[in-house]
Amino acid sequence: MSELTHLERLEAESIHIIREVAAECRNPVLLYSIGKDSQVMLYLARKAFYPARLPFPIMHVDTLWNFHEMITFRDQLVKDWDLDLIVHVNEEGAAQGINPFTHGSAVFTDIMNLGALKQGLDKHGFDAAFGGGRRDEEKSRAKERVFSFRTPEHRWDPKNQRPELWRLYNARKHKGESIRAFPLSNWTEMDIWQYIYRENIPIVPLYYAKERPVVWRDGVMLLVDDDRMPLEPGETPEMRHVRFRTLGDYPLTGGTASTAATLPAIIEEMMLATTSEREGRVIDKDHGASMERKKQEGYY
Amino acid sequence: MAADSQPSTVIEFLDEQAEKSLLRFITCGSVDDGKSTLIGRLLYDSKLIFEDQLDTLRADSKTSGTQGGDIDFALLLDGLEAEREQGITIDVAYRFFATDKRRFIVADTPGHEQYTRNMATGASTAELAVLLVDARNGVLQQTRRHAFLCSLLGVRHLVLAVNKMDLVDYDHDRFRAIEAEFAEFARGLGYDAPISIPISALKGDNVLNPSPEMTWYRGPTLMGHLEQVEPRADLSERAFRLPVQWVNRPDHTFRGFAGTVTRGTIRPGDPIAVLPSGKTSTVARIVTMDGDLDRAVPGQAVTLTLADEIDISRGDILCRPEERPGVADQFEAKLVWMDDKSLMPQRPYLMKIGGISAGVQVTRIKHTVNVNTLEKRAARHLDLNEVGVVTLKLDRAIPFDPYMDDRHTGGFVIIDRLTNNTVGAGMIDFSLRRSSNIHWQAIDVNKEAHAQQKNQVPRMLWFTGLSGSGKSTIANLVEKKLFALGKHTYMLDGDNVRHGLNQDLGFTAEDRVENIRRVAEVGKLMVEAGLIVLVSFISPFRAERRLARDLLEDGEFIEVFIDTPVDVCAERDPKGLYKKARAGEIKNFTGIDSPYEVPEVPELHIETNDLDAEAAADKIVAYLLDH
Repeated sequence: MSELTHLERLEAESIHIIREVAAECRNPVLLYSIGKDSQVMLYLARKAFYPARLPFPIMHVDTLWNFHEMITFRDQLVKDWDLDLIVHVNEEGAAQGINPFTHGSAVFTDIMNLGALKQGLDKHGFDAAFGGGRRDEEKSRAKERVFSFRTPEHRWDPKNQRPELWRLYNARKHKGESIRAFPLSNWTEMDIWQYIYRENIPIVPLYYAKERPVVWRDGVMLLVDDDRMPLEPGETPEMRHVRFRTLGDYPLTGGTASTAATLPAIIEEMMLATTSEREGRVIDKDHGASMERKKQEGYY
Repeated sequence: MAADSQPSTVIEFLDEQAEKSLLRFITCGSVDDGKSTLIGRLLYDSKLIFEDQLDTLRADSKTSGTQGGDIDFALLLDGLEAEREQGITIDVAYRFFATDKRRFIVADTPGHEQYTRNMATGASTAELAVLLVDARNGVLQQTRRHAFLCSLLGVRHLVLAVNKMDLVDYDHDRFRAIEAEFAEFARGLGYDAPISIPISALKGDNVLNPSPEMTWYRGPTLMGHLEQVEPRADLSERAFRLPVQWVNRPDHTFRGFAGTVTRGTIRPGDPIAVLPSGKTSTVARIVTMDGDLDRAVPGQAVTLTLADEIDISRGDILCRPEERPGVADQFEAKLVWMDDKSLMPQRPYLMKIGGISAGVQVTRIKHTVNVNTLEKRAARHLDLNEVGVVTLKLDRAIPFDPYMDDRHTGGFVIIDRLTNNTVGAGMIDFSLRRSSNIHWQAIDVNKEAHAQQKNQVPRMLWFTGLSGSGKSTIANLVEKKLFALGKHTYMLDGDNVRHGLNQDLGFTAEDRVENIRRVAEVGKLMVEAGLIVLVSFISPFRAERRLARDLLEDGEFIEVFIDTPVDVCAERDPKGLYKKARAGEIKNFTGIDSPYEVPEVPELHIETNDLDAEAAADKIVAYLLDH
């Protein structure tokens, strides 16, 4: 049979996009969040250039509040896959002790994530950054291009997007402008899981259910990942079978009660799910256009 | 993964999923034909909407819905804030859903009048088009336009979805009339067996399930058709093409050529040719991270290694030696213009096709096509959302295929050099002059060859007029305008000639003649090199100007008389020369104590009392382009 399956076509499209950025941009970087989407993106990038090493570095914007297991996983992966890793921390923010508990999720994310991302991109002079965004994630993403342009201030102008026809991506940019490239644009969450399964791609163990110490706050189940987490009066961590559908900063990422400890079990659970994955993210809980606004400000 | 401990149903499901194919289609129709509702219905019926999204949708339907508080599926589709307020989709949105048989990517494109460019974008990756019409209105002008545009972009499979059948009482005759009217129009558009399906997106009739209201309809449901159609069936039977995207050279032991197979298949051991160089070799390996393949098929992103070390770079096309693409630098193509600034013939743009970026000019607009009536019309420029048939000239020869044979080796975008925007999308029909890169024809590099290479008619523009008349100012403007049009020019004036070539000459009568003779001779050489030469000299005597004219061939010498009254010149006196002449400090000054012989029949007579420098320059450039 010569007809490719849908996963094979998505894979080929992503590889094409990744090669195109490498061919047309001077200094690209792959933004690696350690989550499953950027894991798939990184895996595809290795496929694109095999047997060569990645011709660009990967950058992790470390908020200092990521789950610990994410960092352990990252460091092992860098060794196993022979990657050039840049870890960027907003040192000013860190020195001021910016954290999600005392400063709130909005301020914290703005400084330690968004602010740090811009800083990291500027510091290394990257003219293109791969992001793992998918169009099925959220309404405004559905209309974003694969090559999305940012002003020197990292702002996105949704009214000024270039048409993208066929497999042709116009990568010409003005001085100071940069590109965010989204090779996973046409993937859905289900595709990502199916692909991880098919290709046996390693992912952070937090995606699998396990007994972990958690507390309930505002209807969200949070992992007590270290002793920086201030416990409220009367609050004691309890051991629950829990897993995480998205990963990020442990104080901002709600877990799901689950016993799904294998990939097929996760996928089965997902098929029965009645809520979308972003629900676990504390920062998305305002109205529909919030992501678009954040993106215009330079948030991914 | 500990997959073996799982219930076999999930594993079976995953294995089934792995075999699913993908269909990319586009939906189009007029503003109120119900596209967004249809896609919302497809998402909803294939259970792609989560509870929380449904909650949001219910809430949104109450506040901004158009269905009186009922679920407004269209709201699922509108994305950007501004659009939501306007209640209209103004861009291409991509949506995803799956059934047990297939994964789908839908490009939702607007029916709004001015957004032809978005439709072209959505259609460029679509394998099939679902064209919606409102059963009450039938085939509208926009229906025709969308059918035409999809055909233009090479979409071969078309479904006419006659929507809102519930509002015409599921009337069979109404459906038949629309079907017949459309078939009549679509006949010339080259679709492979277009089919018509009566549906109601709102009620769900014939979308996923056969409609109990339309038992007279015996064809497939819309989804049934989308699941079955095989638009890519013949791709692997066609001539193999791999446009090289990336040369993979980790070290001296490995040299691979990476790219996506656009069509055809190839195996290790197969002979291969590289275009445009024409060099040949055989495929050694098809390398992927999953191991070497024994065959590469359409759509696959692979890396080939060859048996011989030959020079290959990004933009080259790998093919079978007996099935080579053309190589040319001039084409006839269809062009969809996508920018507010109109396309100007002769203006230099960039073209991106495959991995190639080349300089390009539109040499001629043969005609535009009225997308509503398909009528052809002559035009001097191409405006936003217009479609034209044009001829193009590139700054080098490239490998290509006609678009109808291969979207990826025949489709290109035009990029504005200044704004960097993608301003046009084009589809190559054929090359105008086959230039074989494999065996360059021995040609005489004569004046014609020089001129042809520069895509211009070489000329000598001879600006004559009093000192201070504005010759140099206007000549400078003319040169800038020509340069911006991509013309190759050079300016000869008193300053750059007097300081070098003519530094031995003074201002005696003999020296002045010799000055003019040398300038004319140098200018003639430049004309032979294919340039447009601008000469700006007072040159007061007819005989001198005649001397220059006689050196050139008929039509090459263009005398431009910059006619400014002497008192105006003297008043301007930019170099203070009139003052000195009047004071007797300079002798033989033209207009003061030496005559200026007015040209009798100049090609261009510019009276600066009537025209400012800018307008004068425009007039001269227009003359050049017209002659």
